[in-house]
Amino acid sequence: MNENTSGKKILSLVLLILGAVLLIAALWMDFSKTYIVIHVGSAKVALRGMFLVVGALMVLAGMYFIPTVMHHRAIINFIFLFPLIFTFAVTVIIPMFVGIFYSFTDWNGVTYSKMVGIANYTAMFKDPAFVWSLLLTVLFVVVNMILVNLVAFLLALLCTTKLKGVGFFRAAYFLPNLIGGIVLGYIWQFIFSNVLTTIMNSTSMLINTKTAFIAIIIVYVWQYAGYIMLIYINGLATVPKDVLEAAQIDGADAMKTLFQIKIPMIAATFTICTFLTLTSAFKQFDVNLALTNGVGTVRGFMGQRLSNGTQMIALNIYNTAFARDQYGYAQAKAILFFIILACVSLAQVRISNKREVEM
Amino acid sequence: MKMKTSRVIILTVVAVLLAAYILFPFALVVLNSFKAQSAIVSNPISTAGASVQQFLQNLNSVVNNKAFVFWHAFGSSTLVTVISLVLLAVFGGMAAWVICRNKTRWSTVIYMVFISSMIIPFQVVMLPLIATFREVGKFVGLGMNGTLPGLIFAYLGFGGAMTVFILTGFIKGIPYELEEAAAIDGCSPEGTFFRIIFPLLKPTIVTVTILNGMWIWNDYLLPSILLGQNNPNKTLPVAVQSFVGSFVKSWDLILTAALLAMIPMIVIFILAQKHIMDGMVQGAIK
Repeated sequence: MNENTSGKKILSLVLLILGAVLLIAALWMDFSKTYIVIHVGSAKVALRGMFLVVGALMVLAGMYFIPTVMHHRAIINFIFLFPLIFTFAVTVIIPMFVGIFYSFTDWNGVTYSKMVGIANYTAMFKDPAFVWSLLLTVLFVVVNMILVNLVAFLLALLCTTKLKGVGFFRAAYFLPNLIGGIVLGYIWQFIFSNVLTTIMNSTSMLINTKTAFIAIIIVYVWQYAGYIMLIYINGLATVPKDVLEAAQIDGADAMKTLFQIKIPMIAATFTICTFLTLTSAFKQFDVNLALTNGVGTVRGFMGQRLSNGTQMIALNIYNTAFARDQYGYAQAKAILFFIILACVSLAQVRISNKREVEM
Repeated sequence: MKMKTSRVIILTVVAVLLAAYILFPFALVVLNSFKAQSAIVSNPISTAGASVQQFLQNLNSVVNNKAFVFWHAFGSSTLVTVISLVLLAVFGGMAAWVICRNKTRWSTVIYMVFISSMIIPFQVVMLPLIATFREVGKFVGLGMNGTLPGLIFAYLGFGGAMTVFILTGFIKGIPYELEEAAAIDGCSPEGTFFRIIFPLLKPTIVTVTILNGMWIWNDYLLPSILLGQNNPNKTLPVAVQSFVGSFVKSWDLILTAALLAMIPMIVIFILAQKHIMDGMVQGAIK
């Protein structure tokens, strides 16, 4: 036992010291701008990067082998939390704060030359293309929330009857949800511009801004309703059988059972589904990009002619940054988008919770 | 509760019609990838001009296309998805266990930060993410932008919150006595986690893996900005997008490409239909 501990002690010390040496060497190479590249097979790896990664791993391993009973649990906790917290910090937390800062500058994606205060935020409300995107997104969210939930609920009612092959219907209705928005967007672009024009002998719905917007809604409901349906089916299954039987004995017909028992009893499910449809419709990007790419003519909105009639807010942010290189401005739009989304979803949850309690 | 026959018939007809409506885009994709461009444009809904030979020809020109690089993109997508899912399950389980079993202020703070981050839309961190990755990559001396390890790193960061949230909910329900018994028998904390807790997490890990897997496999925006449209290691959705960009209105090729991109997901769905549908529901109501 004793020998084992001292062996561990030496191992732990060696690892810690080696790791620290490597880390310091890497840091020194960073400051002195030493850049050594070694070739591993066909890949080029910077020596500094390898030192840093290997050094950090050695320190972690050294910590693991420290022979204490007292602090072992604390060390394990640290090692267990480290991978996820580290990746989370680098991908979400740091960019979040960096992003808030950049939204007040004239950032071009690489550097910024000056602070511009709230100029980015005031500019967007004078930008007709952005105001249009914002209003369009709100309209899209409202229409979608109603349509997706309505369609999904009706599908769920259909799929909870004792029909033959209900399992097949559920799977079929859910199927579009498996495929990514980009692929679906192009398939539907084909349907709108080639198939429907052949069947109905008309021009494509995607040419006119209004019908193109309707087309996006059709695709979105088609894709998303099956998923929401599954959640409603799950909710309907929680309604107790004896309650339904009692209602039947009391002479309630199907409609009465539905409106006065089933719907009030699955209020929590409605909350989840409205929340999901709300947030996902707000963030809608893939179908928008692949189906119309935001194109569409609008005449005379805020005194201007717009060419982005079907561009929703997520796509607007994307284009502002990548097509027009206005990163700081795009970032400010993204922050506003976040604030709106946070407020709306919090309000939605609060209202629904209140209603649930009342029911 | 026996339904009347007439009602059963009406409902069945409605259900079949709905299924036909929901499935017809898929049928059109299959049908038209068996046809040449001219036959598709002249009549996309007839079977005239459809032949297996034409399908093989379409398949050949799509698979060997330089903008699409199907096998390469398929390989990248598979690699990124599988590695991200495995790491998310292991690291997520580890983190959730620590957060759940340590009732200190720190673990509560970490948990709260994870939960509240789930409301952040990707667009907010999208632009600074590229800058952060560039700086971190420069500092560390390893490329983060444009590489698959960088992409996997980002998926760990973005998927972590939801994974921890769902797994924490499950670990709370595991009796603590189990761990105490293991400790008394001389099991180390890390041994307790990997030998006792992790195996118990299996059903929840299936749920988490399905949710993350559907998202990572189909995700377009993150790989498109981190890897770029012309990266040789681009994932399948990015490959479809850049392929369509270079072959506008060549529906024979686009639809065959779409078919190829859909097949892996549909095969997995047919094999694990119940798991996937249950997993999606469990993930949503948690």
